[in-house]
Amino acid sequence: MSDAPALSVLRLSKCFGERVALDDVSFEIGHGEIFGLLGPNGAGKTTTVRTLGTLLSPTSGSAVITGIALAPENGVAIRSRISIMPESPGLYLRLSVAENLEAFAELYQVPDARSRIERALRAVHLIDRANDACGTLSKGLRQRAALGRALLSDPEVLFLDEPTSGLDPVAARDVHELIDELRHRGVTIVLTTHRLDEAERLCDRVAILNTTLRALGRPDELRERLFSKTLSVRTVAPLPDPGAVFDACPAVDAWREVGTASYSLVVSDSIVAPPAVARALVSAGADVLSLGESHHSLEDVYLELIDQGRRPTP
Amino acid sequence: MMKPSTRRVRAIFRKELREYRRTGSIVGTMAVVPLIFIIAPLARAFALPVSAAATLRHENLLVYLMAIPAIVPATLAAYSVVGERQQGTLEPILTTPLRREEFLLGKALASFIPSVVVAYAVFALFLACVELFAQPVIASALVRGPELLAQLAFTPLLAGWSIWAGIAISTRSNDVRAAQQLAGLASLPPIAITSLISYNVIHPTLRLVLGFGIALLLLNRVGWRITSKAFDRERLVTGSRSRGERQT
Ligand SMILES: Nc1ncnc2c1ncn2[C@@H]1O[C@H](COP(=O)(O)OP(=O)(O)O)[C@@H](O)[C@H]1O
Ligand SMILES: [Mg+2]
Repeated sequence: MSDAPALSVLRLSKCFGERVALDDVSFEIGHGEIFGLLGPNGAGKTTTVRTLGTLLSPTSGSAVITGIALAPENGVAIRSRISIMPESPGLYLRLSVAENLEAFAELYQVPDARSRIERALRAVHLIDRANDACGTLSKGLRQRAALGRALLSDPEVLFLDEPTSGLDPVAARDVHELIDELRHRGVTIVLTTHRLDEAERLCDRVAILNTTLRALGRPDELRERLFSKTLSVRTVAPLPDPGAVFDACPAVDAWREVGTASYSLVVSDSIVAPPAVARALVSAGADVLSLGESHHSLEDVYLELIDQGRRPTP
Repeated sequence: MMKPSTRRVRAIFRKELREYRRTGSIVGTMAVVPLIFIIAPLARAFALPVSAAATLRHENLLVYLMAIPAIVPATLAAYSVVGERQQGTLEPILTTPLRREEFLLGKALASFIPSVVVAYAVFALFLACVELFAQPVIASALVRGPELLAQLAFTPLLAGWSIWAGIAISTRSNDVRAAQQLAGLASLPPIAITSLISYNVIHPTLRLVLGFGIALLLLNRVGWRITSKAFDRERLVTGSRSRGERQT
């Protein structure tokens, strides 16, 4: 494989009339990466998937998908290299699972359709339901059938739009395991979700989206970037003059009292600050109970980033 | 423009036929509409006294059956796109490399072939009944060579018009029932003409028949153009949006 990214998106925007669904979004995805688009309902996740899947034309911006520029005349070429599992499975309920897959195998013009179908059904553990009408399957099984359908063409990039929405925890876990198995095959996956745990569990990198791209990085990076730069300090007795202690410390930008004998410090460097603060406290004669980084879940990061959109920007 | 892939057209066609077979209402329509239209001419053929054979020679009872290839495909075609949208199956199929022309061709063939088969089968049934059970004089007055030929030729033309009108309407429609009603209306003008001929209001001269044939051919061409134009991936996907959400 070349070094070129599997997918690159540059300043993509999409408006529906007056409504801006997607605003100036850019990112790149490497080969074999599982990339999460995380955002609440209405964030523009489906719009992103549909636009990159050539179902919608972007209002502005550009994208290169498996080396092919997103343009109306490249629709067929792009669509034959990717596959999309849409939000709702959209199976033909009167047809059997195998018949559904057969129709799509033909549409993708896959060679040796029969064995491909069998392989896809095995991959999603539906081989024993192959001849059942899709209408008789539970929601979770339908989702798996749709995933099998998306695997038929051996896509270079696989888009999964909220693959577990509406599933019970057991069915959702099954789908998670299937996605995990795909990771080992080296498929590039774009997964949209509004579920943090899902993004955190499955994705190599996550983009937090709420019309605009709010943040992008590995789940642990994201967590760090926003919140680990807070230090909590607790002492046995309130400090007589906290300002004198903290203001002199390197890498401490601000501090505030969060309770009796409890302080929260905003630091610019989480390696330099803690030892410096510890030394300053000791030399001020304070008895330190605890000193530590505040740990936050990705959820905190997420809510913080999403909320930034709600606050009126000055 | 690239040539449509036969494999993909066939995939759509086969999938449609499989769905028809398992959809009671479609099988019902295909069975009931022809029965409705065969009853009146059969009754007339059997009820007429032998003395009426001469008048029958100037009537065009068979033409009445032309309503079948006009109406049957209209209901199928009207369902073809909006039906998939309502089921939520359109978006997945549009994410495949399928081209617009392939999709429309597959859909059109899936309406065309069963309708024409049904229409020809009903004609054959009608003729068989008349030949076997009607008075021989009546039978020979009814069944005339040129008329049969016209019947054979016009059946696909009429079906074609109904299909393009039906698919175009289906592509632009948000509701299956509305689409089927509109498509029913669109299939009426040709039926009106065939009925007028059948009741002898219009006399089927060779020129008229040829003119009607050419008009239908042109309508079929225009129909294909309009249908292709009406097919807008973006509108089909986003238009289905609110509907899809309501369903879940
Ligand atoms: N066809 C449409 N017409 C108008 N607005 C739309 C349409 N599709 C999506 N939107 C709007 O675009 C925004 C993003 O929607 P969507 O991409 O579906 O979000 P998500 O998938 O993240 O829930 C929402 O505000 C939605 O209302
Ligand atoms: Mg969505």
